[in-house]
Amino acid sequence: MTGSTLDPSQTSLNYHHDATAAGHHEEHPDHRIFGIYMFLIAESMIFLGLFTAYLTFRAVSPVWPPPGTPETELLLPGINTIILISSSFVMNQGNRAIKQNNVAGMRAWFGATALMGAIFLAGQGYEYAHTGFGLTTNLFTSTFYVLTGFHGLHVCFGLSLILLVLWRSLKPGRYSSESHFGIEAAELYWHFVDIVWIVLFTILYLF
Amino acid sequence: MSATSLEPKTEPHKSPATEDRPWTDYFTFQTDHKVIAIQYFVISFVFYLIGGAMATAMRGELATPNPDLLGYDNYNGVLTLHGTIMIFLWIVPAGTGAFANYLLPLMIGAKDMAFPRLNALAFWILPPAGVMLIVSLVTETPQAGWTSYPPLSVTSGQLGEMLWILSLLLVGTSSILGAINFITTIINMRIKDMTLFDMPLYCWAMLATSILVLVSTPVLAGALILLSFDLIAGTAFFNPTGGGDPIVYQHLFWFYSHPAVYIMILPIFGLVSDILPVHARKPIFGYRAIAYSSLAICFLGLVVWAHHMFTSGTPGWLRMFFMIATMAIAVPTGIKVFSWVATIWGGKIRLNSAMLFAIGFISFFLVGGLSGVMVASVPFDIHVHDTYFIVAHFHYVLFGGSVTGIYAGLYHWFPKMTGRMMNDTWGKVHFVLHFVGFNLCFFPMHILGLQGMPRRVVQYNPEFATLNMVCTVGSVLLAISTIPFLINAVWSWLYGPKASANPWKALTLEWQTASPPPIENFDEEPVLWSGPYEYGIDFDREADELSVRDLLAEVKAEM
Ligand SMILES: [Cu+2]
Repeated sequence: MTGSTLDPSQTSLNYHHDATAAGHHEEHPDHRIFGIYMFLIAESMIFLGLFTAYLTFRAVSPVWPPPGTPETELLLPGINTIILISSSFVMNQGNRAIKQNNVAGMRAWFGATALMGAIFLAGQGYEYAHTGFGLTTNLFTSTFYVLTGFHGLHVCFGLSLILLVLWRSLKPGRYSSESHFGIEAAELYWHFVDIVWIVLFTILYLF
Repeated sequence: MSATSLEPKTEPHKSPATEDRPWTDYFTFQTDHKVIAIQYFVISFVFYLIGGAMATAMRGELATPNPDLLGYDNYNGVLTLHGTIMIFLWIVPAGTGAFANYLLPLMIGAKDMAFPRLNALAFWILPPAGVMLIVSLVTETPQAGWTSYPPLSVTSGQLGEMLWILSLLLVGTSSILGAINFITTIINMRIKDMTLFDMPLYCWAMLATSILVLVSTPVLAGALILLSFDLIAGTAFFNPTGGGDPIVYQHLFWFYSHPAVYIMILPIFGLVSDILPVHARKPIFGYRAIAYSSLAICFLGLVVWAHHMFTSGTPGWLRMFFMIATMAIAVPTGIKVFSWVATIWGGKIRLNSAMLFAIGFISFFLVGGLSGVMVASVPFDIHVHDTYFIVAHFHYVLFGGSVTGIYAGLYHWFPKMTGRMMNDTWGKVHFVLHFVGFNLCFFPMHILGLQGMPRRVVQYNPEFATLNMVCTVGSVLLAISTIPFLINAVWSWLYGPKASANPWKALTLEWQTASPPPIENFDEEPVLWSGPYEYGIDFDREADELSVRDLLAEVKAEM
């Protein structure tokens, strides 16, 4: 995985000593956040496709959910929803902290967010164990598991982003009020996962 | 594959870095957009040859009405892989990955793409995807066609179908990552002074294409995830016996795959819009019309998908909507065709290989576009659905359109990419074989379709035998036509005459740097001295740097 131009900044150092090295670093942050937004558009289209499929199955079936499906519980996923939504606000406090150069504060808020995310995942695991239906029981249960499972994978990924930020912040000076792309990216992703859950919760449990 | 190690020592603008690039760079993880582009070109062309061999095998089978060459099972496998490879591993990576990677940063005066490492990653996802399809050839081939409709796709062999799904998920990821890079680069990395309306039209085309990729490809991923659950885990999303609905798959699939047609043709529109003015020595006719029509095609292209499903029990009112929306796309597309014709009208035309292929593109695409309007009409489509008329239609668009346009682009930018000129005489031989072979192969399919010959069959009614033989002869000519191209390309790359920085006397920025460009593209800051297509217009502006002035004086002398 190495080559003569693996790192663009290295290239500039090798061949264009003078002007470019600084330029690269100034340009990057904006582009990366822009890129994250593009990525989230793509991600939301996957979910849109899956949601549309679910809503179509539902609209086409004479009875929904199909007869014989055990009732889904509302209390646990309801609490889970509240935890996940609040975690977004908690995380935002972390972002504010780093903007004031408060790394310890950021770590505390992000740690709390990670904990809430982990509780959400544990809650979902508990729910899976107690639904009383399996993946292939009927069309509703299949979509239920695939949709919540796919979202759960995204929560896992978001959680690992937060843990990555926490791990990298151990190095002093890694994040500051000027340079905190990783923090912002993790937060954007977490908000996205949160919003998807709100839609998912609405169409799967409430509506 | 290294062009650079054989480079001349006399090239005036050459930076030492270019000469130092070892040939092994082209086989490793590199972040230089030009290296990545060459990697895309080579690998997609290899897949083009593989897919082409499959096509020739199919035409060989269809030369006679009876299954005597491939047989029933192999035919379905080859048919599926031919479509999949040609779309996902040839036209999409060549039209977007290869050309966009090479041209976008150069055209907008940037040093590289916005995310060089992401760019390299997007490329390196492709080879495993291709390998999976090749592996399926020797283990178990997918049999359900490139559309992979359930329930056929979930009942015709698990291993082959799963390899197909995984391969497509990888290819899709690659093109999404590419699109993120292209949009970010186009929006954020243009040189100072270059507004969106100073961009070459290829950049506009890639902007529209990348938006389509970004919005539609993930939906295909969603469909494939559900399909793989049906295939492996025993769910019944698309299986009516378990309460599922195969039509949902069709909607999700075509929500991607209709835009995919534009993902394959819009970049080519852009290439041709950039090639024609250079060789006609005239400004492009209707710059803004072409730019806006790309965006119009992008948005309309997202709301016409169900025209592929007129015979899938789609209700009447929905068919009406999709018919009208589809026909509406003919308007922005027609605007482009008129603009191209008006551009070359009265021009001082250089009829070289690039120009011949570009003009050939217009004529092929016109036929494919018009038959597209025909099949957009519901009553007509119900008659010709799943017949050879459809095969003729989409080959006129994707082969006659996309592939011919890719050749035009290769001939046009070959000097820039390799620093060597291609042989024009052999280019013309290639064009004649391509033009005759293509029409011979695909035009009779219109007639076959109207007479009722169904597509995707290995055995057919003997009354269609004569025309099928004509098609097969055409396909052999097409196969032969790649030989002069290949020899010409390889020979020219190694021994062709040296190309100057601007052999076509073109105005876009990629021609303001050396051929091939140094690492980081421009040894001196490129100057935006005119719009991209202002041929034949006398400008008297101050240019700061002497060598750029020399270059431009040369351009003016030619005009
Ligand atoms: Cu279509």
